[in-house]
Amino acid sequence: MHIVVCTKQTPDTAAKVEVKDGHVTWGDSGLVVNPWDEYAVEEAIRLKEKHNGKATALSMGPEGAKETLKTCLAMGCDQAILISDPALKGSDTAATATALAAAIQKLGDVDIVVFGKQAIDGDTGLTAVAVATKLGWTPLTYLSKIEIDAAAKTVAVERSLEEGKQLCVAKLPAVVSVVKDINEPRYPSFMGIRKAAKAVIPTWSVADLGLDPAKVGVAGSSVTWPEIYPLPARESNVEIIDGSPEEIAAKLADKLIAEKVI
Amino acid sequence: MANIWVYIDQFKGAALSASWESLGAAKKLAGDMSASVTTLVFGHNVESVAKEAFEYGADAVTLCDDGTLADFRARPYAALLAKLAADSTPDVIAAPNTTRGRDVMSMAAITLNTSAIADGIALNYKDGLVYVTHPAYAGKLLSTVVAKTGRSFHSQFITLRPRAFPKPEPTAGKSGAITKVEAVLKEDEIATKVTGYSIEEGKVSLADAKIIVSGGRGVGGPEGFAPVRELAEVLGGAMGASRAAVDAGWIPYAHQVGQTGRTVAPDLYIACGISGAIQHQAGMRTSKVIVAINKDAEAPIFKLARYGVVGDLFKIAPALSSEFRKRLGK
Repeated sequence: MHIVVCTKQTPDTAAKVEVKDGHVTWGDSGLVVNPWDEYAVEEAIRLKEKHNGKATALSMGPEGAKETLKTCLAMGCDQAILISDPALKGSDTAATATALAAAIQKLGDVDIVVFGKQAIDGDTGLTAVAVATKLGWTPLTYLSKIEIDAAAKTVAVERSLEEGKQLCVAKLPAVVSVVKDINEPRYPSFMGIRKAAKAVIPTWSVADLGLDPAKVGVAGSSVTWPEIYPLPARESNVEIIDGSPEEIAAKLADKLIAEKVI
Repeated sequence: MANIWVYIDQFKGAALSASWESLGAAKKLAGDMSASVTTLVFGHNVESVAKEAFEYGADAVTLCDDGTLADFRARPYAALLAKLAADSTPDVIAAPNTTRGRDVMSMAAITLNTSAIADGIALNYKDGLVYVTHPAYAGKLLSTVVAKTGRSFHSQFITLRPRAFPKPEPTAGKSGAITKVEAVLKEDEIATKVTGYSIEEGKVSLADAKIIVSGGRGVGGPEGFAPVRELAEVLGGAMGASRAAVDAGWIPYAHQVGQTGRTVAPDLYIACGISGAIQHQAGMRTSKVIVAINKDAEAPIFKLARYGVVGDLFKIAPALSSEFRKRLGK
């Protein structure tokens, strides 16, 4: 059983993200494994442990994204691969999926690919399905439970919908995305950190993936982001309501009814 | 004439409110583009949704009513959408950014060699293109996204954030022409089988809720959610929670609002015992009116709130429940 986990390096969740001269900056805040991906990495490790398989962490990004992949190795992934090439810069969902799908095909024997629900920078939540579509595999999104039947080559899952949970069975190979209540991500072990520090992480370029540079990056994307800007400030004109609890309740009820939100 | 399609997300034959919000957004865009609006209703026993679509403003409805579409699965839905889009190439295809809407739009777009634009909160039409405003970096920034000119496939696929656009007022009895189409895939061509559901009946979903009452670390434990739940019930709203309360195991993850939970935009958000970490703010800052109840007058949530109560939620929330019970005649 070969499990691939796709992960992205993102600014730390507590980072103050700003726009300066048209570029996004987060000061000296650190970069981390995209928070949604922590559950994907944990699930990949759990699946490989359960099925005596192999877990590969895959990321697309600049050279610095190797740090994120080292976290995946320290948690327990067996190998990590970085997809990095200047030609990939500015890739939209389709172009990103083209590169990820090519890398998954290059790995060759993959049974299941695990994604987090979305990345907290681009925030599209579309990439897992896009990769599944590129590969012609089954997409299964927003999973809170995964049970693989290795002999039957099927996977039974629980999906989190707006209304509650949907239970499905699908054929492998599949591309899945997971939500937070699927597991509790582990901390990297001391031994894992030492092993990860020494690990050599291969970098695959667009040429290594056998891709036409015109099919990825800005050239291969069908959408662009002409503008990025800070949120309009929310007026911080809080009106403090005081009195006894009953007085507060009455005053607040008056105001909320006047605001027409009740 | 330009044409806008709206994909109607439905569950067990009932359209989500977000579908009509998307239809409303499309109607507004259609005014700027001089376009007509066709809604796509896919499912099984969904003819009533098609009728409702006219009442909410659809000019035409394309209906596929088929047993293979009884339960949502991305592939048969996306195959159908991709085929219809390839045949007619409408200018814009919009859908609500729900779990199903996002799946079907991403899959159909990629099938047609283009990218969907996700989670729009505003639409602007200029020079033949639709500019979509999309929150990025966990809601800390906004970006404008637009389909490139000269792209290989003409239609722009756009998903729209629930509650970011007003729901139109329905006109009772309005009707129009329904075009019926066949499903593209047969059951044996679909690799996924739905084996069941586990749904809490009657529960107000966070995504749809007009009112959300949330509890955080300040509730102190699982039983501390009782006054939060009571207030949510009195107000007919949904109950939310902060990450701290979910991580402590006091309440299931399904209730989590914030960066690794659900993004919500209700008319009224009442935060009880929530300090308002930046990750929580990312999930609720677009709420119309925010009320913060917290013992700590310095809590960051007060910077977002319209109304603040510096006090004990265990005294204030029950008083509010009792006051609203009186006012709302419950």
